[in-house]
Amino acid sequence: MEILCISGENWGWEGLWQLCPRAQSSSAENIPSRERFQSSGLRSNHPEVEDLKPKRFQVSALLSKWTKQNMWLQIFPNLGAGGGNDIQWCFSQVKGAVDDDVAEADIISTVEFNHSGELLATGDKGGRVVIFQQEQENKTQSHSRGEYNVYSTFQSHEPEFDYLKSLEIEEKINKIRWLPQKNAAQFLLSTNDKTIKLWKISERDKRPEGYNLKEEDGRYRDPTTVTTLRVPVFRPMDLMVEASPRRIFANAHTYHINSISINSDYETYLSADDLRINLWHLEITDRSFNIVDIKPANMEELTEVITAAEFHPNSCNTFVYSSSKGTIRLCDMRASALCDRHSKLFEEPEDPSNRSFFSEIISSISDVKFSHSGRYMMTRDYLSVKIWDLNMENRPVETYQVHEYLRSKLCSLYENDCIFDKFECCWNGSDSIVMTGSYNNFFRMFDRNTKRDITLEASRENNKPRTVLKPRKVCASGKRKKDEISVDSLDFNKKILHTAWHPKENIIAVATTNNLYIFQDKMN
Amino acid sequence: MPVETQEERGETASPVGEIQLLRWSLLSWEPLPLSGASLRSHDSWTCSLLVPECRLWDPVHVFLTPVVPQWPFYNLDTMFMRGLKRKCFDGEEDIEGTLAGIKAIPSYNLQRQSLLDMSLVKLQLCHMLVEPNLCRSVLIANTVRQIQEEMTQDGTWQMINMQNTGQASVDRLVSTDILCRSSREQAEGKHVPGYSTFSKDFEGDQAQDSSETMSTASSVQALRNLQSNVWEMENSQENKGNFQKSLDQIFETLENKSPNSVEDLFSEVDNSYYDLDTMLTGMMSNTKMGHCDGLEPFPSPTTTTSSSNCKSDLNELDHIVEILVES
Repeated sequence: MEILCISGENWGWEGLWQLCPRAQSSSAENIPSRERFQSSGLRSNHPEVEDLKPKRFQVSALLSKWTKQNMWLQIFPNLGAGGGNDIQWCFSQVKGAVDDDVAEADIISTVEFNHSGELLATGDKGGRVVIFQQEQENKTQSHSRGEYNVYSTFQSHEPEFDYLKSLEIEEKINKIRWLPQKNAAQFLLSTNDKTIKLWKISERDKRPEGYNLKEEDGRYRDPTTVTTLRVPVFRPMDLMVEASPRRIFANAHTYHINSISINSDYETYLSADDLRINLWHLEITDRSFNIVDIKPANMEELTEVITAAEFHPNSCNTFVYSSSKGTIRLCDMRASALCDRHSKLFEEPEDPSNRSFFSEIISSISDVKFSHSGRYMMTRDYLSVKIWDLNMENRPVETYQVHEYLRSKLCSLYENDCIFDKFECCWNGSDSIVMTGSYNNFFRMFDRNTKRDITLEASRENNKPRTVLKPRKVCASGKRKKDEISVDSLDFNKKILHTAWHPKENIIAVATTNNLYIFQDKMN
Repeated sequence: MPVETQEERGETASPVGEIQLLRWSLLSWEPLPLSGASLRSHDSWTCSLLVPECRLWDPVHVFLTPVVPQWPFYNLDTMFMRGLKRKCFDGEEDIEGTLAGIKAIPSYNLQRQSLLDMSLVKLQLCHMLVEPNLCRSVLIANTVRQIQEEMTQDGTWQMINMQNTGQASVDRLVSTDILCRSSREQAEGKHVPGYSTFSKDFEGDQAQDSSETMSTASSVQALRNLQSNVWEMENSQENKGNFQKSLDQIFETLENKSPNSVEDLFSEVDNSYYDLDTMLTGMMSNTKMGHCDGLEPFPSPTTTTSSSNCKSDLNELDHIVEILVES
């Protein structure tokens, strides 16, 4: 099958698919117009377009005569209604306090969905973990997915005092990672700066009744009053969710832990601090193996620290770690016990035209995430998101600018320390869209297929459920159009550092300073 | 975002504005309160653009920093484009062209200097925090190193060499601290390129004065500064010690170094200070009589003992701090 109808000007124009057999080709005079192309209808169930990737077709001889050149035509599948695919995001819920002055302990410091997406965990600066559970989908309410309600809240970490150094250890939860579910209980790892804990979250909805020696309220009976014996039976009770710490992995890190990552073997995990990465077994708490150590012999020569680390989703021997100099190293644990020598080094050569005193600071990578497929990884530095193919080390395959308008403000951002903010990033379930946060409670999504991006805002103004979010735009300079926000009126105290995407559906959780917003796509 | 003072709005200098200027100047050298909120709040970092008139008569400010404390904007092209309308270089368009705007598009060197100042203050803050964020400290320290390397490479020193002639240089002859420091550098074998006529002893002096020569070029002013530098020596020593220690601490604080050992380090610095003190009084009498040509390299008695304990990087930072403190 060959494409016959094309748009004249924009190769790569997103239009609707059309595959026409040659027999239906129009004559040379009858140049296909854009309108005609659009009216031909979506053929999304055509077997050739199953995978919705951009397709390339060779222009037929007829058309190449018309255009006087041979070219490839790339057509992007149009995935949405009314012409536009793009997912329309609607407000679903917001969790957290309403008032403006934020209690320090309520600042959300991490957000993570579990493997099924049914549970959503958040950690805050006060050391608490709050888990939300999605309601089972209501058959009557088919136009929205289940809501997330509080399932369990517990204090994961307490503030500690390191007597040796006379330093306080913050109880802020830096990361939460879920283990895949193996039985009725759920397990997650949560970590603060120094200690990692494995928590078991289990439900209890029955309790035994009818003890012989105890009354219902727990008082012991006088044995002489017992005349008959009965077998206690389980009766249903109100659901109670209990969280108990099953393992505590402590005293392995001198510096602050910034990442934890569970291996694909589901038996080991790594924890990374500024200078070292340790490998643990989930069952063993008194021992861990140091697999990366970049601490120089002389601390004055320190110029680079580890900023994030993650295991490969499929290969249990491979992990990556990113540094403050903008490099990512991929290591293979089979090569040696101490993986100081990387197997691959991912680094993009610096762009000399953009060089400034802040080049190094803004190149520091704040987050690294593998795609679900394991083929790609995404890194977030201060101004951009980069997607790397693991097979190509010398440059990323895709780069998306998150807030390029800040490049001219770097000095002010250095002054107020915003340049050191660590933004996270995440993939959607199919690895086609990536999302990250920005300032003014904006967050950005980039569609890798259509190359379109969108900026949305998490604010209480769009509070009604199923209100479609309006795309926002920041105007860098010059005339400010209506509805645009100028760079100078951005609120740099309202930053979205943590976001998470449901592993299977289009549900996202976005954390502002002390509120958690949940958005869903509009279901028709 | 930076708060604009009344000067920036083109109004005449008012008492409030003056106090704000002073406040900024003093704030640069005082430790900021430790609460996270104030560190983040922009009020503590008010950068007020100074109109020239204010600067000239503000004695405190002149001695602390010779340059306008604008947090600069590193794309020179854009800066020149914005030109007269700029206040702070962040493109605020609601500022009418004021005296302040017309006054200066600071040169690259001044910008660099300001960035250096800002970085060093941030590093000092790290030192004061209970648990410094290692990543942030490393990034700031790298920035400082980068500036320092660039300043060494791009002939900043050479430019000063050419500018320093005759009388003015004689007046700047002595900063005992420079001599002591440079003697340590001699011990370390540090070599600064482009240094010909004068002995190394003047190197730091010239560096400090570089910004001054750019902004005001009267020898009277220079002499006044020199004297202020001399009596400011004790502050600079402590600050210098603080800065040295702060960079050290950044990297070693997490390594089982209790605050008590910090005290030991400080006492080490203090000892050298006492030595400098005696030398200072000695040298002051010498300088009144001496000429630059005939000046022998300063003998380095007791300071070398402490220098042997100092690490080589400290000398570089020392260098930077000299520029910072005494300029």
